Amino acid sequence: MTGNNKVKLIIGLVLTGIVFLMLLFGIFYTPYDPMAMDASVSKSISLKHIMGCDQFGRDVFSRVLVGVKETMIVAGAVVLIGVFFGTVVGTLTGYFGGWIDEILMRLNDAVLAFPSVLLALLVIGLYGGGRNTLILALGIAFIPSFARIIRSEVLKIKNLDYIQSVRLFGAGHLRIIVVHILPNLKTVMLSSILIGFNNAVLAEAGMSYLGMGVAPPNPSLGRMLSEAQAYIFTNPMTAVFPGITIVIMILGFSLLSAATEKG
Amino acid sequence: MSMLKVEDLCIKVHDRKTTDTLVQDVDFEMNKGDIMGIVGESGSGKTMTALAIAGLLSRHDMEKSGHIIFEGINLLDIKRNVLRKIQGNEISMVFQEPLNSLNPLKKVGWQVEESLRIHTSMDKNEMRDRAIEALRDVELQNPEAVYESYPHELSGGMRQRAMIAAAMIIQPKLLICDEPTTALDVTIQAQIVELLKRINRERQTAILFISHDLSLVNTLCERVIVMQHGLVKESGLCDDIFNNPQDEYTKKLIAAIPKSPFGI
Repeated sequence: MTGNNKVKLIIGLVLTGIVFLMLLFGIFYTPYDPMAMDASVSKSISLKHIMGCDQFGRDVFSRVLVGVKETMIVAGAVVLIGVFFGTVVGTLTGYFGGWIDEILMRLNDAVLAFPSVLLALLVIGLYGGGRNTLILALGIAFIPSFARIIRSEVLKIKNLDYIQSVRLFGAGHLRIIVVHILPNLKTVMLSSILIGFNNAVLAEAGMSYLGMGVAPPNPSLGRMLSEAQAYIFTNPMTAVFPGITIVIMILGFSLLSAATEKG
Repeated sequence: MSMLKVEDLCIKVHDRKTTDTLVQDVDFEMNKGDIMGIVGESGSGKTMTALAIAGLLSRHDMEKSGHIIFEGINLLDIKRNVLRKIQGNEISMVFQEPLNSLNPLKKVGWQVEESLRIHTSMDKNEMRDRAIEALRDVELQNPEAVYESYPHELSGGMRQRAMIAAAMIIQPKLLICDEPTTALDVTIQAQIVELLKRINRERQTAILFISHDLSLVNTLCERVIVMQHGLVKESGLCDDIFNNPQDEYTKKLIAAIPKSPFGI
């Protein structure tokens, strides 16, 4: 690992560390009830409300903590769906080729042709909003990119001599795929998972910003941004803190993925 | 009856408008304990012939005709699962590139054991013993250490030996070596050739040795096939072909062997 990569790795670990601390913290404790409104408090930053309060007097810090949790749940589930089905599709198409490859990859191209946000909007339009629909919609939209990466890697590996050699030893397809090919996809998977996670965080924030994500009054970083928009000049802190949190998340994961990439 | 009989083997690929014929009318026979060489330039079809015998050619994009009869069974038209059993138990192969022929993520010992794991129901200790014995048998020093190491920790020659150990652990009747020494330096080449000779002598394993190096084939093999453009140009005993080549191409190949200035 070069010095440059090391720096990226360290900064990335620190930033994602902050995010995970916020996540853990948000699960067990928030200083205030993130949904409790209190019209009497001052909106500005104080020792009691370190990130200030929003227009309804809800504590922004508590809301950010819970928002991080919501965003991570959605992004994590989306990436999980994408990676799982992407790996299945990618290994099937890459390993067997032939008509399976043609059919699945053309379907893949069809899904890929839609912008993922548009696809998610379509699904949400059909089945109504809410967290689970959002996860499903974004998850489906994330499958093709993983499938492509995995497929190209499987294509590369399956023709190497050691795969030929275990084929000759008499290993079946399943054994070759699971025992001999999949472990070799680890590095590629790791960096694409991190990038995918980033995109998922952004997509979730974007969808929530459009009002398609987590249902109000539950906090989510994207929704907080859109709610704060109206008060941007009178109470800018309600927009700044969720925004910074998203930036920290994205930056952290993309630095990590840059550091784990080969070469 | 001969152990392996290849008759009229043709391999054609149809993925262009015109059909490419990679191997045409190849005939040869091998008996138990034979060492046979196939020589030819790259693209002459020698590796395709070997892969066809090993059953490693993918099945749908090429047309294969003729017969590859191994102990009475035609390998070209049996079911996949039967082929797999024969592959694992009777035919093994060593590849050219020792860098690619071992999985970089698994320990060498684990990989040597792989065919035992697939074909037998031995427990861990038995397999370990067999693997270490196989590694010792290919003249690796300190086989216990090799067993526990990863491929990148071994040199090219050691890796190739480990590959031979993995191929020989199930005591196959036929060992196909596809340019096993091409990526190695000359001294290691000679050692590997000696090793193959010894395996052949002690275990009566038939060896099909593919190379573009005529002099190497001459030191190892009894019989040789010369191939060019998918056709067999000449075949017969090594001594005959070396001393009295009939075909123009064979003459050129022999003329191309570098002579040492001392006439050795």
